[in-house]
Amino acid sequence: MPALIEAKNVTKIFGGGLLDKSRTVALKDFSFQIDSDNPSVTSIVGESGSGKTTLARMLLGLAAPTEGEVLYNGKNLEKLGGSDRRQFLRDVQVIFQDPFEVYNPFYRIDHVLETPIKNFKLADTEKGRRDLMIESLEAVGIRPEEILGRFPHELSGGQRQRIMVARALLLRPKLIIADEPVSMVDASLRATILGSLLRLNREFGISLIYITHDLTTAFQVSEDIMVLYRGSLAEAGDVDQVVRHPEHPYTRLLVGSIPLPDPDLPWEGERAIGRPAGELGVQGDEYCQFHDRCPYAMPMCVQTHPPLFHTHPNRVTSCYLYRESPELPMPQMTSIFKSSNREGPPEETEQLDALDAELEVSQENSSTPTSADD
Amino acid sequence: MVEETLSAEEPTAAELKETLKVEDLHVYFHTAAGAVKAVNGVSFSLKSGERFGLVGESGSGKSTIALSLLRLIKPPGKIEGGHVFLNGTDLVTLTEEQMRRKRLDEIALVAQGAMNSLNPVRRIRDQFILAYKDHDIDVKRSGLEERIGDLLTRVGLNREVANMFPHELSGGMKQRVCIALAISLSPSVIIADEPTSALDVVVQWQVMDTLRSVQEDLGASVILIGHDMGLMAQFVDRLGVMYAGKLVEIATVRDMFGDPLHPYGQMLIASLPSLESRKARLEGIPGITPSLLNPPSGCPFHTRCPKVMDHCSSVTPILQEVRPDHWVACHLYEEA
Repeated sequence: MPALIEAKNVTKIFGGGLLDKSRTVALKDFSFQIDSDNPSVTSIVGESGSGKTTLARMLLGLAAPTEGEVLYNGKNLEKLGGSDRRQFLRDVQVIFQDPFEVYNPFYRIDHVLETPIKNFKLADTEKGRRDLMIESLEAVGIRPEEILGRFPHELSGGQRQRIMVARALLLRPKLIIADEPVSMVDASLRATILGSLLRLNREFGISLIYITHDLTTAFQVSEDIMVLYRGSLAEAGDVDQVVRHPEHPYTRLLVGSIPLPDPDLPWEGERAIGRPAGELGVQGDEYCQFHDRCPYAMPMCVQTHPPLFHTHPNRVTSCYLYRESPELPMPQMTSIFKSSNREGPPEETEQLDALDAELEVSQENSSTPTSADD
Repeated sequence: MVEETLSAEEPTAAELKETLKVEDLHVYFHTAAGAVKAVNGVSFSLKSGERFGLVGESGSGKSTIALSLLRLIKPPGKIEGGHVFLNGTDLVTLTEEQMRRKRLDEIALVAQGAMNSLNPVRRIRDQFILAYKDHDIDVKRSGLEERIGDLLTRVGLNREVANMFPHELSGGMKQRVCIALAISLSPSVIIADEPTSALDVVVQWQVMDTLRSVQEDLGASVILIGHDMGLMAQFVDRLGVMYAGKLVEIATVRDMFGDPLHPYGQMLIASLPSLESRKARLEGIPGITPSLLNPPSGCPFHTRCPKVMDHCSSVTPILQEVRPDHWVACHLYEEA
């Protein structure tokens, strides 16, 4: 059975030809797939310019890869026919970063929920429509009577983002791609939004791709993680192992730079900003993207791009420090993910119990918001 | 009218010199719907060389405090009452011209969006020269080039950056330029309002490391404003927690993270994600921030507080020192 969605050796280049200075390789030779049978939660982590949003846009069919292809149920996304395309638009939903810009300020909140119901003919009657809306709002912990009939400006960023989650849920998709869904939301509301996303995964079997620059929340919500650096995969695998014992020097730097909320834990970063260009004699564009910042850079790092080394059953690292380990071809990368190696849904965690308790509390406590609340 | 919530005495050890002392500050924004009480009776003080953090959700008034300390509040906002003593002078009573001279010279701001605070059509050098001109420092003096170069080196940039335009610099470099500008007249207080919120985590470390080193060199005090508790834990000495225009807790950073007292502080600390354990609860703070147009009577947090008592909705708790150097405004800690 083909994967629900698969990126096959995709490369995305912005800008002109080889000699064009503005040519930017946003993502290079990247492969990745999401199964339809095993609902998974996968994080894609990287800084600005790492290619994480470019990857999301290609998986959504919003940008076409320069090389390689994106397949949906085994068919090329760019060549999907009418009914397949409709099914794709239903199966794969997205939640964007900015909960303020996605709403049309002239329409009531109901509009954003009614539109998909009408477009996909999810309900025939007015009552059916209303029931669907109420059901999915309640699933994300929002009291329908508090928000239906209101205008976007009357709601807080956290509420708006949760309504986006509810909108995605209406369509019962197989996959939700969330691109920085909490980066514009207050810290105290982040947990609630991520919680409602996790709930969709556990209760409705929806896979999640969580795209973020924040390693801490990625660690909290996902099973598997991919760390991107300047368009290439640096490291991927089981989130516990990658975050707690990072291998790639870039991941180590990233983990060390996180200011942890405990004054007794160390905070270490990178004081020197790069080594002089050309010190290692870079030729062509086949090199490790991190070599100019890497404390362990070796001559081989600038000769060929490091392949993926299969360092542990559940992880790979694209770094020559691990060249003793067997290589794993990029297209097989996803096979190391925990989600690909288990039967059925992920284990129940205490996270979810805590979440249920919390959602109940927030249902009871949340009072009517006013426009002045943020 | 300033409401009479008498704030308690200063939460500091008296033996150290106080560089900045804020007393019962009230800042309101006058809107058509009424006065929005953005800062509603805030008092704290800053020792010389100390790093003090102010945290709170958006709308809690923390950035308004930053702007008030610099007297940069624009109408409809207005400082309605209180005092801001900087090295003994009450900034609230100064004329506009006197205040202009204090800025940069004694108190400087590193703002949130570095990319927006530099003039895009001026070279970095000119931005320094403008600052000097404003403070009547002779810009033709030969030592000027040297001085700008030194400032840039101090924040970890090359001297050549002086010749560049802002668009030629990355976000992290621009923020360092802003730090260099802020320290150009050796102020005694630097206010950093979310200085790294637009930057990646690796660059964030570099900018904060730079800020720390220049602050230690100058012996200046820093007020770091933000909502990233991790950043606070790693950077500041003492932390104040804002809620709905009021300071509800002030403690040393160790006490705040190890033993928060105010229910809001406790929930804030509990909602922090950690890298220790994935079993940690994904817990937010239920409910929403109250409207500052009509703040709740009594304790502003009583509408969301899990430990709410009868008199919380009627009596405003006073910020009191319940343990050495640990101040909290909550009825739970009042002696019966």
